[in-house]
Amino acid sequence: MLKEKLKKISFDRYFLALVIILYIYFWFTNPGIFQESLKFAFSISLKVIPVFILVFVLMVLVNYFVSRDYLVKQLGRRGYRKWVFAVVAGIISSGPIYIWYPLLGELKEKGASYGLIACFLYNRSLKIPLIPIFLLYFSLEFIITLGLVMIVASLVQAQIIEKII
Amino acid sequence: MTMFSIKKTKLKKSFQKAARGIVNIIPLLIGVVLLTSLISKAIPISFYNSVLGKGFFRDVFWGNILGSIAAGNPVTSYILGGEILNQGVSLLAVTAFLVAWVTVGVAQLPFEAKVLGSKFAIIRNLLSFVFVFLVAFLTVALVNLIC
Repeated sequence: MLKEKLKKISFDRYFLALVIILYIYFWFTNPGIFQESLKFAFSISLKVIPVFILVFVLMVLVNYFVSRDYLVKQLGRRGYRKWVFAVVAGIISSGPIYIWYPLLGELKEKGASYGLIACFLYNRSLKIPLIPIFLLYFSLEFIITLGLVMIVASLVQAQIIEKII
Repeated sequence: MTMFSIKKTKLKKSFQKAARGIVNIIPLLIGVVLLTSLISKAIPISFYNSVLGKGFFRDVFWGNILGSIAAGNPVTSYILGGEILNQGVSLLAVTAFLVAWVTVGVAQLPFEAKVLGSKFAIIRNLLSFVFVFLVAFLTVALVNLIC
């Protein structure tokens, strides 16, 4: 019973609990670091929280205008257009990666190549709604350059996978 | 059902999905912000300088290793990466860390292997690991060229 309940608790909660335990440890052993860390965490939160409102609006817009069925249909196209859509679909797809694995497995069965799936997965790392958070720490030039380099890398990786597998 | 009510339902669903997405990452985000702050205050800058800043391959290698092992929403990597950049760690190492975080999935490997096959999952992750070096180097070189 207890084992089952513990299994249901996600990694995130264990991680948070571990960090809280660490803080309690420092509270007793080094109150100076404990206080400074809390102050610093508060200042980071003040920077991040307002940006999350913008992130939320962008997420609503992506969810409203881009459906999963639409992405599946476009990934089934032929020629260079399927690569363009693998890149775009990867970028605009939302939610955690494990939601997409079953769908990708289905696409594979329907004939989608491993290269196309790899391209989609690589581009999932570029998340437009999260750009405001990214901009808190990095320059726009850096973000655009990284995005473009990663798109090229995804296509090169896809071609290598097409040849290997 | 009218067009208006269909759009209203779709908007409501989009809103709920986005809200779930944000709520789901809150515990991890709080944990990461707290841990980042603790690390920033408990570990002196000299430690980072002793591990990183020893040359291209060593910096990118450690950034890559740390990013590959870590898992979670990209937001956490942006905050973590941004804060260690502020601590004086090189942009090259931080870029490697960010790219590895989102492209190499050690934690998701078993799931990926189960659905898409072990061969694909291993080759894709190995290639992504190697590509971190190229992407980090190219990005930082191009940014230095532009700015």
